[in-house]
Amino acid sequence: MSEIVLEGRNIVREYHVGGGLFGKAKTVQAVKGVNFTVEKGKTLAIVGESGCGKSTLGRILTLIDPQTSGELLIDGKPINIAKDKVTTEMRRKVQIIFQNPYGSLNPRQKIGEVLGEPLLLNTKKTAAERRELAMQMLVKVGLGPEHYNRYPHMFSGGQRQRIAIARALMLSPSLLVLDEPVSALDLSVQAQVLNLLADLQDEFNLTYVFISHDLSVVRYIADDVMVMYYGEVVEYGTRDEVFSNPQHSYTKTLFAATPKSDVESIRARIAKKKAAA
Amino acid sequence: MSKLLEIKNLSVGFDTSNGMFMAVQGIDLSVEAREVLAIVGESGSGKSVAMLAVMGLLPKSATVTADSMTFDGHDMLTMTSKRRREIIGRDVAMIFQEPMASLNPCFTVGFQLEEVLRVHMKLDKKARRARAIELFKQVGIPTPEERLNSYPHQMSGGQCQRVMIAIAIACNPKLLIADEPTTALDVTIQKQILDLLVRLQAEHGMGLIMITHDMGVVAETADRVIVQYKGTKMEEADVLTLFEAPKSPYTRALLSALPENATGDRLSTVADFMKNEAANAGAAS
Repeated sequence: MSEIVLEGRNIVREYHVGGGLFGKAKTVQAVKGVNFTVEKGKTLAIVGESGCGKSTLGRILTLIDPQTSGELLIDGKPINIAKDKVTTEMRRKVQIIFQNPYGSLNPRQKIGEVLGEPLLLNTKKTAAERRELAMQMLVKVGLGPEHYNRYPHMFSGGQRQRIAIARALMLSPSLLVLDEPVSALDLSVQAQVLNLLADLQDEFNLTYVFISHDLSVVRYIADDVMVMYYGEVVEYGTRDEVFSNPQHSYTKTLFAATPKSDVESIRARIAKKKAAA
Repeated sequence: MSKLLEIKNLSVGFDTSNGMFMAVQGIDLSVEAREVLAIVGESGSGKSVAMLAVMGLLPKSATVTADSMTFDGHDMLTMTSKRRREIIGRDVAMIFQEPMASLNPCFTVGFQLEEVLRVHMKLDKKARRARAIELFKQVGIPTPEERLNSYPHQMSGGQCQRVMIAIAIACNPKLLIADEPTTALDVTIQKQILDLLVRLQAEHGMGLIMITHDMGVVAETADRVIVQYKGTKMEEADVLTLFEAPKSPYTRALLSALPENATGDRLSTVADFMKNEAANAGAAS
């Protein structure tokens, strides 16, 4: 069996809400005891609707938020950022890419600075080295060295997402959390970015945690699939298991809601419409 | 069947510092009553701009030219803006992509819905309230009496989109234009909204134009499809023909970029298609 990069054991995350002058404070469990393991070089997809806790889990994995209870192991080492300080070494291992490339890049920073900043903060590399590495990374994600001195507004959505990917890869992480990386993008641009992610995974043997609500994308990219519903995992298995034989009623609802674009379903829909008219 | 909206040779240009930019170049388009037409294209293909031109919602920097543009027998080109405002919102209504952004955060959703009824239908206060409740029921908002007093921020994205649809159908429009109505929503909510739109379209006998980049949405809703690329029409066909035997290579490229149509371990992209086109053109000349 290959090496396990990421493991979660009974992870719980609670948020305390309210407690105003008269209101009583409430506790909301956003993630209710989640277990999972991801092997090196594989992709785990987390699927669910908005508010199901998938992004909260993503933030825990990226060491942005601490878990309330449960164990998180990265490369076999337990981490709890509520107790321990996050070392730069830990930071280098996990990186995140957000959904909206328009919001996740600072409009006043040139692309070169965007890419150089992770190195500036987490390593002791000189300015010349940072520049060199940023140039190389631009080429790797399908942009060019000429983009180094440009600002984010000069790029299209797909190009910006490439920049966000480049920034995440600057520290050569082993684990990449992708929070809906293609849902803000057009179909053909989405295909390009998915291809890029697949290429990079092959090249650097990256491990992905892919958060999405789009099942057709998940079917394309994932090895394992975890379906979440109101903070709980309702289905967890390999892609083929989940897609060929969904067990939970929520998973079935999700499949039913996904638009079908095969000729048979279109024919069925038209026939139904004719019958109704 | 009678043509509800008929546009011949529509072009829209924008005056920019680098000269004229043509967003739409000579598009013919028609919608019949009771028909669902989908306009598909990537961002920048001019699909929204063409519809905004019909609605007269483009900024001053845009130049709209067309041989003819008629809606339900009215000539939209020579119409005064006063007359146009009477038609828009009543006979033609539009739904936009971001429901949160298209509602005014300062007013209750009930006020915004009743405003349409006041302006276009000249209903009195009581009749407006009754109609508003009826509309909220139609679009499937639970406890409409209470929800009318909510502000947009108190509702979810899907609920807001339902409010937008209620506002759009308030005056029983003949034509509804939906510009990416579900792009900002989850799949399960998307399904509900699409079902709602199709149901209302059938019930009211409206014409419906769906602007989208999602081939899945097209497959689920459309009767007829126009594929647009860089401001020109690439293909027009009924939905079954389009998916079964797409004629234009661009349509084929779009379809093969769908993740569910992936063959091998990489998706084919439209950029590959453009490269092949260029190579073929080079070989031919």
